[in-house]
Amino acid sequence: MALRALLQVGLLLLLPPLLPGVVNRVKATFAGRRGPPLLQSYYDLGKLLRKGAVYSRTTTWVFRAGPAVGLAAVFTAGLMLPVAGEPALVRFPGDFVLLAYLLALGRFFTALAALDTGSSFEGMGAAREVSFASLAEPALFLCFVVLARATGTLSLSGMLGPGLAHAWGDSAPALLLAAIALFVVALAENARIPVDDPNTHLELTMIHEVMVLDHSGPDLALILYGASMKLLLFGALLVRLTLGMPFRSLWGAEGLFVLGLLGFAVLVGATESVMARLRLTRVPQMLVGASVLSMFALVLLLR
Amino acid sequence: MTAALAIVGLALATGSGLFGPALRRRPALGQGLSCAALCAGAALGVAASARTLFGPGGFVLRHPWHEPYGSLALRLDPLSALFLVPVLSVPALSSIYGLAYWPQARLGWKAIRLQLFFGLVTGSMGLVILADNALLFLVGWELMAVAAFMLVRSEEDRPEALRAAWIYLAASHVGTFALFAFFCVAGSARGSFDFDAWRGMSAAGAGGAWLYGFLLVGFGVKAGLVPLHFWLPGAHAAAPSHVSAVMSGVLLKTGIYGLLRTTGFFEGPPSSFGMTLFALGALSGVLGVALALAQHDLKRLLAYHSVENIGIIAMGLGIALVGRSRGDGALVFLGFAGGALHVVNHALFKSLLFLGAGSVHHAAGTRDIERLGGLGKAMPITALLFLVGATAICGLPPLNGFVSEWLVVLGSLRGMSLPRGDRVAYLALGAPALAFIGGLAAACFAKVQGTVFLGQPRSEEATRVHESPSAMLLPMALLGAACLAIGLAPALVVEPLERAAAEWGGAAPGSLAGPAGSAAASAAWVSAVAVALLVAVGLLALLARGRPARPVPRSETWGCGYAFPTARMEYTGSSFAQILVEGFRSVLVPRVELSQPRGAFPRSARFATEVPDLVLDRAILPAVHACEGGARAVRSAFPGRIHLYAVLVLLALVALLAWRFIWW
Repeated sequence: MALRALLQVGLLLLLPPLLPGVVNRVKATFAGRRGPPLLQSYYDLGKLLRKGAVYSRTTTWVFRAGPAVGLAAVFTAGLMLPVAGEPALVRFPGDFVLLAYLLALGRFFTALAALDTGSSFEGMGAAREVSFASLAEPALFLCFVVLARATGTLSLSGMLGPGLAHAWGDSAPALLLAAIALFVVALAENARIPVDDPNTHLELTMIHEVMVLDHSGPDLALILYGASMKLLLFGALLVRLTLGMPFRSLWGAEGLFVLGLLGFAVLVGATESVMARLRLTRVPQMLVGASVLSMFALVLLLR
Repeated sequence: MTAALAIVGLALATGSGLFGPALRRRPALGQGLSCAALCAGAALGVAASARTLFGPGGFVLRHPWHEPYGSLALRLDPLSALFLVPVLSVPALSSIYGLAYWPQARLGWKAIRLQLFFGLVTGSMGLVILADNALLFLVGWELMAVAAFMLVRSEEDRPEALRAAWIYLAASHVGTFALFAFFCVAGSARGSFDFDAWRGMSAAGAGGAWLYGFLLVGFGVKAGLVPLHFWLPGAHAAAPSHVSAVMSGVLLKTGIYGLLRTTGFFEGPPSSFGMTLFALGALSGVLGVALALAQHDLKRLLAYHSVENIGIIAMGLGIALVGRSRGDGALVFLGFAGGALHVVNHALFKSLLFLGAGSVHHAAGTRDIERLGGLGKAMPITALLFLVGATAICGLPPLNGFVSEWLVVLGSLRGMSLPRGDRVAYLALGAPALAFIGGLAAACFAKVQGTVFLGQPRSEEATRVHESPSAMLLPMALLGAACLAIGLAPALVVEPLERAAAEWGGAAPGSLAGPAGSAAASAAWVSAVAVALLVAVGLLALLARGRPARPVPRSETWGCGYAFPTARMEYTGSSFAQILVEGFRSVLVPRVELSQPRGAFPRSARFATEVPDLVLDRAILPAVHACEGGARAVRSAFPGRIHLYAVLVLLALVALLAWRFIWW
């Protein structure tokens, strides 16, 4: 038990920076470049943590609290996620609501930190982030409702647990639609192409990256680390939803889970390489589309 | 004992304002004493409620009364105790706030009058909640409406306050009219006006639907359900802030209480009752927050958020009603607990936010958020407390708003575990609806907190602000602490909620123990995660402080190379909300006033947007003006001759008589 708990928290804490590394490597391969080392994100975090930070005279404590609350919220949300082949450390009926709202808490404080700088540039980013998030949240909840209906449980560990295999047998079309919707939400929530481009932030059209423009040094490290942990969270949801957990043994389940996550990162990288970023006005349409998909899935299950 | 506590408490609260006129030569003492009396009365009432909520307290008092139909019947059961706690404590805290915000020493008679009606409104709300007889209920209801009318027009020298007060009074009486209809029909059907005789009322058929319709209109106006919310934004914006806190925090809840008390009489209500309330709630939630997003008057914005939160409460109660028609204890408990806990939570965080808005108004002299900004530097405690309220109202953990929204989501998903094919399963759409409402609310409060307290001052007024005196900060701090307490230890409130739900649902005591027990177990996990979150934030903060000190330079905000940013370049509240307001364009229909700059050296340019109220400014006022126009046309046909009007009256009577005799 202690080993499993340790393994779970360890995965949640140590694995995240690997995912952006894989994504970037895949993108580089598509573009015909060699790309940065797989562990580049770890190096970046280490470098940023050793640096000092510059603060604007306009800012207050809210600006410094933003990254800390953001990371803490994502981490505590991760405690409710069955990250490996195990039920989560924290599981209770309705825990998915807490997970979604913790992510929302992190976003709220990140947006406030952006507004604290008084820069119109970051105001723009914050406005877009919160606006698009309010469209992504219903889609995410609909996916959870579909899972709850299909498996008959209300906790994430149950939804993504042993009952899932049966559910795939009974209602594969609905779960497939929900998985696609969840992937779209994951791209939007993690600021990936086609919603946002994580590589640029000096463009007037960006969302997440302009919000964190004024953060530097350790604060930026917390933000980048939190972002990769959020990517891992959504990846874990998708991996558990699609692969299930066919292995009984601890190490087999862990191995499959990590492999699945790497596959998710490859998929994200491939999506980013073959697609262009959408115009901002198209983003809401895509998110509403995801809601509609999962709504279809729910209707399939409720009829 | 409990009865004595409650009645003495209410009497103290009702009469508390009398110290003002009695001691008008020593205003500070007079106001202090009336505040103390109100607080003492509230403390007694809360003690009585606590005895009822956490143990077998409660009482029924019955006195014959010489009024026809009436009897002096008072009852304190867990359901009324649950409402009595916020109804008494929020006015008490607001009156402490009023010591500094609306001092008698400076304002004289205006403040004396306000305190008189403040006590009266508190007492009459208490009477509404304790009344166990329809006539007594209506007496309390009308006293409350008139006292609140006087409170809204406290600043009678401002025309918009007068206008808002009259609209409130008119709307309130439309609601009371519907209540008269309900009470008359129900009273004649049951042969008594005592609530005791009404239990087990049949709700079947068209008669039941009419009764429920009267209830929805009568109590919906007071609670502010869309489309009956139209009086609310104006009244809450025009009243002094500590009055707005009471009106928005608890006065609206008397509508919810009435709806709960009266639907509790129905025996096996049809599931369409609950589904209607649920749908109205979802509509109120989404429209309320969408309208809020488009406002730039801080208090108007908060008032629209009350519409949103009443919507969430109505969703919970709708779920509970459906549960009663299906005989499902878990649905009843989860829906009721979510809705009723949100009543308490909203009372806490909304009054906190209104008091915060009052402090902002007090300091900067404006409520227009586009003229504020950067207030967090000069008023750090107010900013922090407002942030607590904002986080709570968005339903974000670790605060109380999350707990009640979580219960409502659980309730809405519970419908799916009923036998397959039951339409009630579509209640599950409440989960994404709540997520949408929560997302929009977070966007709106990011806008408010960001434009008011963060960034740079956008006007001269905003640079000269000061922190509020401690009499204003103390009540806000207490409200914020209560928000945090419920958020961190939600399991504590499960037992009172279970008692109240059993009382309302007519269930045997203990029959809801199963769902309540599992909710309490889950709630313990919620507190564990909330604590983990706070610990994680604390650790990260410690880490940041404990880092080897590097020189931390301060500089300007990075402006992409532009070195002379001004506050005029900041993102405004309107631009922040623009994407979402644009998305709701077809519903909100913003008025846009645009004169574009022309030529090489443009003289002037202007851009202004405003979103008027959907119902008041788009439907009711045009209809009223049309009626007025018709009346004017009739008047011009009979210019000022009274005998002609008399002939008209006579003709109308004759027509009615003819109708009665020929076609009846």
